[in-house]
Amino acid sequence: MEIDPFIFRLSIFILSIFVGYYVVWSVTPSLHTPLMSVTNAISSVIIVGAIIASLAGASENIFETSNIFGFLGIILAAVNIFGGFLVTQRMLQMYKKKKK
Amino acid sequence: MSANLSALFYLISGILFILALRGLSSPETSRQGNYFGIAGMVIAIVVTFLSVGNFGTGFIYVLIFLIIGGSMGAFIAFRIPMTAMPELVAGFHSLVGLAAVFVAISAFLKPEAFGLGIIGNIKLASLIEMSLGAAIGAVTFSGSIIAFLKLRGIMSGAPITFKGQHFINLILGIIIIFLIYYLCKSQSSNIFWSLVVISFILGVLLIIPIGGADMPVVISMLNSYSGWAAAGIGFTLENTALIITGALVGSSGAILSYIMCKGMNRSFFNVILGGWGATDQASNLQSKEKKPVKNGNADDAAFLMKNASSVIIVPGYGMAVAQAQHALREMVDALKKNGVKVSYAIHPVAGRMPGHMNVLLAEANVPYDEVFELEEINNDFANCDVAYVIGANDVTNPVAKSDPQSPIYGMPVLDVEKSKSVLFVKRSLSPGYAGIDNDLFYRDNTLMLFADAKKMTEEIVKSL
Repeated sequence: MEIDPFIFRLSIFILSIFVGYYVVWSVTPSLHTPLMSVTNAISSVIIVGAIIASLAGASENIFETSNIFGFLGIILAAVNIFGGFLVTQRMLQMYKKKKK
Repeated sequence: MSANLSALFYLISGILFILALRGLSSPETSRQGNYFGIAGMVIAIVVTFLSVGNFGTGFIYVLIFLIIGGSMGAFIAFRIPMTAMPELVAGFHSLVGLAAVFVAISAFLKPEAFGLGIIGNIKLASLIEMSLGAAIGAVTFSGSIIAFLKLRGIMSGAPITFKGQHFINLILGIIIIFLIYYLCKSQSSNIFWSLVVISFILGVLLIIPIGGADMPVVISMLNSYSGWAAAGIGFTLENTALIITGALVGSSGAILSYIMCKGMNRSFFNVILGGWGATDQASNLQSKEKKPVKNGNADDAAFLMKNASSVIIVPGYGMAVAQAQHALREMVDALKKNGVKVSYAIHPVAGRMPGHMNVLLAEANVPYDEVFELEEINNDFANCDVAYVIGANDVTNPVAKSDPQSPIYGMPVLDVEKSKSVLFVKRSLSPGYAGIDNDLFYRDNTLMLFADAKKMTEEIVKSL
């Protein structure tokens, strides 16, 4: 019997939770705010869904309801991607060591 | 681009996201980590364009919307003051949540574009995944909006509670599960829309009973939710990058919530069910009797600190409100010139989000190797001459160690009272968020400095 591809995705999901668990525990507490802003930025990879929604199977009319939701999704995710990575960068730039 | 090839690229961007988080284990590697994250994002977006392979008019629109959103994001990122970081993060969470809802709606309206079947006959697994993604996304969206309004001060930070609140939330949760069940049976779009609407309502009701100082837990929790929403959509779209990211973000937020709860010695459910301040304030008012406090001014404080050999600074949310971090750094510089050893002690739940104080101190050019966490520095208070408490309150209350009746009993606190003298900058004697009188105010070695944190610190700088 063949294995359902869903099981593979589930395996990736569960293994990633474990990876996340160990990686995040090793994050130093002083960087917890940048951690939040960067996880925010990377979770906006949901933009791939929005791109598919607005482009895939496009018929003559590119402003069908489903496409419009896709476009809106792109705007929201783009705000987050740029905002998230840039504000993280700005914060990390400020962490300096003692001048010797 | 073939499906297999793009799946491999999505895996690569997932790995880059893991490396982005890994980089945050130390400030030195963190900037590099951020570049990994950006690279992962670029790969994911480009691969999606190539695999959809539609470069017609729609593509132009996508680019335009990408640029519009991107420039808004960049504008916000450059303009936002560091003190506003908690509400910014809450605002960003709401966008992820809403984007997840939009993608789910779009997938429901046009399943064939995603290869999920046709309208009225969407694959069962996909339907469950997308409705979970939509529900969690909607809760994340409306919950984060409430958190944003509370943090921004547009809405009062006080917990809003009413009778039967938790019962209503429970009912709404059960309704959501039923709706998902009936959605799978009937594929009706009305049920899908009701699911989204009820999830929005649930998000609002979940966050309104939670008070201001519990915000670190709320923000971390919403962070986690936004991850689970992304993962739900990732399963729908069968996209590895989204599944990996969702899992990473979900567990990251969960760990942060755990750390924050631990910092308050409260269970997660206790925070979520809300109403800490609400129940205890009444009893506190009755027991309020006039106890003597020692009152000082900036000159006294300057004198004490100048003649000390070591000073520990304990910042809290009040420092953020007063924007006193720069003045504080000036004060520390002046003290260092006098040969005083200065370090900073940060409680895990100081401020309104995890790591809030660290970012503010970093902004004021405080080197991160002078800033210590609770466990690292707590033993040093016994050997320190002056503890300068600026804007913190409950996290220094010795009652947490001595009085089993106190609601904050068992909460890890900074042992400020062990230092030879304590300077406590505060506007008044009012109790902190937990509604508990701070025993520290009445100790013999405590000198109260009644003033705005920033003004007081500036005055101390002057008299130094």
